[in-house]
Amino acid sequence: MIKFKSHPGLVVYVTCGDPDLETTREVVIAAIDAGADVIELGVPFSDPVADGPVIQRASERAVKNGTSMRDVLRLAAEVRTARAEAGLIIFSYLNPILRFGVQQFASEAKRAGVDGVLVTDMTVEESHMYSAIMHSQSLATIFLAAPTSTDARLKIIAKASSGFIYAVSRTGVTGTKLQSDVKGDAQQLVRRLKKISKLPVAVGFGISSVEDFRAVGTYADAAVVGSAIVKIIEENSDSKQKAAAAVARWIRSLTSNKTAAKA
Amino acid sequence: MASTATTTMKTPGRFGIYGGRYVPETLMAALEELESAYDVAKRDKKFQEELKHLLKTYVGRPSPLFFAKRLTKHLGGAKIYLKREDLLHTGAHKINNSLGQALLARRMGKKRIIAETGAGQHGVATATVCALFGLECVVYMGTEDMRRQELNVFRMRLLGAEVRGVDAGQRTLKDAINEAMRDWVTNVRTSYYLLGSALGAHPYPTMVRDFQSVIGREARAQIMKAEGCLPNAVIACVGGGSNAIGIFHEFLKDKKVKLIGVEAGGRGFGLGEHAARFSGGVPGVLQGTYSYLLQDEAGQVASTHSISAGLDYPSIGPEHAELHDSGRAEYVCATDKEALAGLRLLSEMEGIIPALESAHAISEVTKRAPKMKKNDIVIVNVSGRGDKDIGILRENLQV
Repeated sequence: MIKFKSHPGLVVYVTCGDPDLETTREVVIAAIDAGADVIELGVPFSDPVADGPVIQRASERAVKNGTSMRDVLRLAAEVRTARAEAGLIIFSYLNPILRFGVQQFASEAKRAGVDGVLVTDMTVEESHMYSAIMHSQSLATIFLAAPTSTDARLKIIAKASSGFIYAVSRTGVTGTKLQSDVKGDAQQLVRRLKKISKLPVAVGFGISSVEDFRAVGTYADAAVVGSAIVKIIEENSDSKQKAAAAVARWIRSLTSNKTAAKA
Repeated sequence: MASTATTTMKTPGRFGIYGGRYVPETLMAALEELESAYDVAKRDKKFQEELKHLLKTYVGRPSPLFFAKRLTKHLGGAKIYLKREDLLHTGAHKINNSLGQALLARRMGKKRIIAETGAGQHGVATATVCALFGLECVVYMGTEDMRRQELNVFRMRLLGAEVRGVDAGQRTLKDAINEAMRDWVTNVRTSYYLLGSALGAHPYPTMVRDFQSVIGREARAQIMKAEGCLPNAVIACVGGGSNAIGIFHEFLKDKKVKLIGVEAGGRGFGLGEHAARFSGGVPGVLQGTYSYLLQDEAGQVASTHSISAGLDYPSIGPEHAELHDSGRAEYVCATDKEALAGLRLLSEMEGIIPALESAHAISEVTKRAPKMKKNDIVIVNVSGRGDKDIGILRENLQV
């Protein structure tokens, strides 16, 4: 279930099947136990246009070893069985969902215990049928909001969103380091969203340090970490236990500062 | 059906169920800005006049419609006319679109231009117009394409563009577009993405088609003047599909004129061996648009093969998808070997060395013309010249 238990909440992204599904499962469970509120199970795609080099590499490895939507849904079901409370989101580009069948995807995701769906290249304009199908299975539809989104767009995005709104911290792809001059971008975007919506707002893209995490905590409900996690997995790809332990250690280094972040 | 799950039909930029806008949110404001800027420019007389003037004095339009007498006689059937886009400045139809969009970018106050290129023709055309207008130009190109079209890489650099090699995926056009989109999503506030084919998110497929439709407008008037009647068929090669939609568009209303698009049949029928989207593809979303897409059962985009870099792309412009489904246009393939044979024949019969892309259309006319009547007329779009392909031709042809 999508709920941020403490402040700031933590959303963790992983590319499923990198280096293999076993490792992904170990890492996800370790991340939940270390304090992640919501897990984004990334479906690997051959053409990840919104992603930077780290997630591109992970995606390429996962596609190469044949990780499919069916595998990701099976993994989601396993995680759900192991950890009943965690928030579980499928994070995908549109085409793998289209190929699977949108209706079938929604019902199987529901059956697997998934809470919500985020489709990177699904714009609100194109989303009516998609959202109706997701909502018919009680799946939350999470949309991206960007610093470049106009106020008019933010209103439509807020209305179409459920669960939380994913605020993109800056223009660019995933994984590029945040620069001090663009931190204002994210803060301003969250402020604009808060004026029009009561939904929690999670900030993502480029959150890679305790400092970033704390800074996000001063103005948003949650932070999303993706490339930073995927990189740790990449560096520990020889052993699933090692990868899981390293991810858990890093997450604890963030969450041990939660109280400080609130102050 | 998958399509009905995503389309509402009311969204802008739809061709039947195809097209639309599927991009990360960061790009949406830029697409909206582009759409409204283009809507205004399109109706602005001054903009159209400047475009027309430059097409005439800089690009060299109108391009001739040439009666290929020896080829016609050799094939023994329909009269064959060639629309000579190969004679344009920079050597291909690509400049029609690059010029139009560069004028638009300048009007929008954008000083940095991003482009992708496959065969290098769009990259060269874009580098050219950027030099003309004093705009910064960055071109993304797959390293495999840089290898097979090295002359065009040099030309772009000579024109002052920065060519950035893309080492991802198959290192061809699709991967170059991915990287161009990543640049655009990062520098969206200052940069203009000058997409080279009738692909991508709305408004690109419509806008690129509009800038290319000058080909068909001229061709229709030229054939009326030469023959006093419309052609029986118009043939063009289809990669993303900009030269084809450019020549087809003016003839759409002439229901008796057959429109024939020629895809790359590559070296075989298996997935990964060709770029024949209509025989091997399933509708899906790639790089902003919903169209036929070569993909595997998990929805991963398939690799493609064609001897011509410009046709080596797994998806196809969404308007072609609609023309295919409605039956208004017919789509066929020519293999690498057939394209090479077509190129050789046109070179020897008419003294015209076409681009390998255009050679696919030539191949189709060699199959079709002999079966047609002697007073039937066919127009083939020679979308570009073959100079850029000399390296590949030397590897593949004995002369």
